[in-house]
Amino acid sequence: MTTTASSYKVIGSRPLRPDGVDKVTGRAIYGADVRLPGMLYGKVLRSPHAHARIVAIDATAAWALRGVRAVVTAQDMPAIGDKIADLGESTVNLRYTSNNLLAHDKVLYYGHAVAAVAADNVHIAEEALALINVEYEVLLPVLDGKAAMAPAAPILLDDLRTNELGKRGDAPTNIAEHFRHQRGDLAKGFAEADVIVERTFHTATVHQGYIEPQNATALWNEDDQVLVWCSTQGAFSVQEQLAELLQIPISRVTVTPTEIGGGFGGKINVYLEPLAALLSRKAGHRPVKLVMTRAEVLAATGPTSGSHIRVKMGARRDGVITAAEAELIYEAGAYPGSPVGAGSGVIFAPYRLDNVQVDGYDVVVNRPKAAAYRAPGGTNAVFAAETVVDELAEKLGLDPIDFRLRNAVREGDRRVDGPEYKRIGFVETLEAARNHPHYTAPLTGNHRGRGIAAGFWFNWGGKSSATATVNADGTVNLIEGSTDIGGSRASIAMQLAETLGIPYEDIRPQVVGTASVGYNDVTGGSRTTFGTGWAVYEVGKKLLAEMCQRAAEYWDAPVEAVSVANGVFAHNGDAMTFRELASKLDVPVTASASVHPQSYGPGFGVHIVDVEVDVETGKVSILRYTAVQDVGKAIHPSYVEGQLQGGAAQGIGWALNEEYVYDDKGRLLNASLLDYRMPTALDLPMIDTVLVEVHNPGHPYGVRGVGEVPIVPPAAAIANAIHRAIGVRMTELPMSPARIVAALNGGA
Amino acid sequence: MLHDVWIPPVHRDLTGGAERVQVEAATIGEVVAALDVRFPGIAARLTQDGKLRHGIIVAVNGVTAPRGLRQRLTAPSEIHFVPALAGG
Repeated sequence: MTTTASSYKVIGSRPLRPDGVDKVTGRAIYGADVRLPGMLYGKVLRSPHAHARIVAIDATAAWALRGVRAVVTAQDMPAIGDKIADLGESTVNLRYTSNNLLAHDKVLYYGHAVAAVAADNVHIAEEALALINVEYEVLLPVLDGKAAMAPAAPILLDDLRTNELGKRGDAPTNIAEHFRHQRGDLAKGFAEADVIVERTFHTATVHQGYIEPQNATALWNEDDQVLVWCSTQGAFSVQEQLAELLQIPISRVTVTPTEIGGGFGGKINVYLEPLAALLSRKAGHRPVKLVMTRAEVLAATGPTSGSHIRVKMGARRDGVITAAEAELIYEAGAYPGSPVGAGSGVIFAPYRLDNVQVDGYDVVVNRPKAAAYRAPGGTNAVFAAETVVDELAEKLGLDPIDFRLRNAVREGDRRVDGPEYKRIGFVETLEAARNHPHYTAPLTGNHRGRGIAAGFWFNWGGKSSATATVNADGTVNLIEGSTDIGGSRASIAMQLAETLGIPYEDIRPQVVGTASVGYNDVTGGSRTTFGTGWAVYEVGKKLLAEMCQRAAEYWDAPVEAVSVANGVFAHNGDAMTFRELASKLDVPVTASASVHPQSYGPGFGVHIVDVEVDVETGKVSILRYTAVQDVGKAIHPSYVEGQLQGGAAQGIGWALNEEYVYDDKGRLLNASLLDYRMPTALDLPMIDTVLVEVHNPGHPYGVRGVGEVPIVPPAAAIANAIHRAIGVRMTELPMSPARIVAALNGGA
Repeated sequence: MLHDVWIPPVHRDLTGGAERVQVEAATIGEVVAALDVRFPGIAARLTQDGKLRHGIIVAVNGVTAPRGLRQRLTAPSEIHFVPALAGG
């Protein structure tokens, strides 16, 4: 459902995606499909321990096995000092990244890579792994963030000191970072409150759950050119990481992205690409392909952080929130870099707060290094905050949406980290949720309840480049470098078609690699339709300007006398369509543009969910689900709706079932999709969506990012619904059957 | 040209608890330098090797300034130094 009318001709329509047929017929080329002449197959030896010192590695027997062509360990990695690399929307310390690729002196989590082998086939490579002898000195692991902060906790990284926005601690610690947002007078705010709610929450480590495992094929040529084919959210990011980690010039690395079977933030950091390159060089410059198993994906690629969160909020009887305080402890995994910064910004983002304090802690633990995951850190934070907000509304006897409207942020209000909001659509989103039939529909039956929750995401702009060429028949080839995860080929092509005034079907978009287009940041942060869309808008304007020039030459008129509208060029009573003019071009028309826009608008969502709880088994069934969101201008409404539905589905899985289960030695016990339970279509009802179009004035077509907001509210909305169904407040994720039963028995 | 600079809470130990201060500057680099004159040590916390430290971004009137210290200030502005974020 769309709430505003549109004057656009292409934008807002629902054409077919250009990559659809190839994907549903199996013709699309994914990383695992890559085959090169003379290609070898690689496998990775991984640590069976969560925390251990590597005393020695002996690969003699593996080298002796017939068919083994290369073995690499950390000794084969160039020495990397502390250097910060910008991955586009986050930064990493390359020394830590290098250590994560192949453990140098210590293994820091179960599944940490220790060595890699390339062989004639995958079976020989697996056999060779068993012949590598690694001598470990096993150390005590610490897997919980709070436990890792204790003074006597085992230390993971001897050189780690706490960073407080540039203020460095002086003692060994597992607390990599602490920061604070603070404004107003917290004590005064709580003193003014008539009702105060304070609760602590815990959320489990969860994985992005993309279906396609990580893969990489690399060829390190004799002339030191490194060619890589891989599944990634950002070919240029892979190129830069490889250049830094292998200490070679960027220009010598060419990355060709294959189709991607999901990423959700998990396919930004490199895991296999450098190993494939090193193996290729050591194997006599033969190409090497590595594909992870599902167990490797779960054990050794970045999940998102488990967390401990404390929230305290107070409100007056008239419904005004007077103070809000939170402490967020996020588990970064083996190396610094949890999404606690984002979580701390998201946690109170929907509310106008004069007295607020948020403390965030980034803590290393013996788990795989956390990676980005769709609105990183947001779901954890909002699960905590929106549960407390719901309880405040309940104690005050106010409708949950009315209470939120009473405190909702508007343009000019401040975010918790300080800056003021520009034009936002939270109020409109709340009102749309309140007006939706779902919100007032009768819900009868035992142990059924309805909950709502709000969510927020910052969105991002990033750098984008694109090139387009006008063909003689008036069609246009569009070259872009943004990985298409959620239908962005279509949403980008639609913006170029709208700019040029020609049909969408006349644009043929292609996603290409680093050798074929200008720089593009990763597809992430909900930026691509915004940022790359802006790039093609600029490309379109340049093409039109050039076409006007050509029309002027054809008509022998000054260019100022030529006008263009809706794909028709006109001068003094003469007119030519875009296609007619294209057929008259004796010199091709091509244009490129690069942009780095900062005026990305944040997004807000409100979710409504009905649940039924089986009080004997603890199983929670989703009866009805509605996701309402301020989406700016929906370029392709079907794909925007798909983003809302996909985000809600992932959030439901996070809320009810998904979690990493480790034994007391830190060994992962559920590294398969049988035991790591993600929801299937059978677990979910049709998810209804409401697109609230509050245009972003900072984009030519009003675009806001839409992909991340919808994973933020589900866990809180479901927790609030469970409370209304069975009368208990759930404070731990996942709200699995066992935890529901425990809560019903008073042990939540 | 006077700008309103919000001091990050973890650095208010250097500003006597002041939440925001006004400084005169033409660039973010000059803002940091002016802060350091009044609150010695704050530049070392916010910058390293002539750049904003990794993990810190600066927002001018609510918009991230990609040029960092080299960002020019063409009108009286509100300036925040905030932790960098990551998306997915």
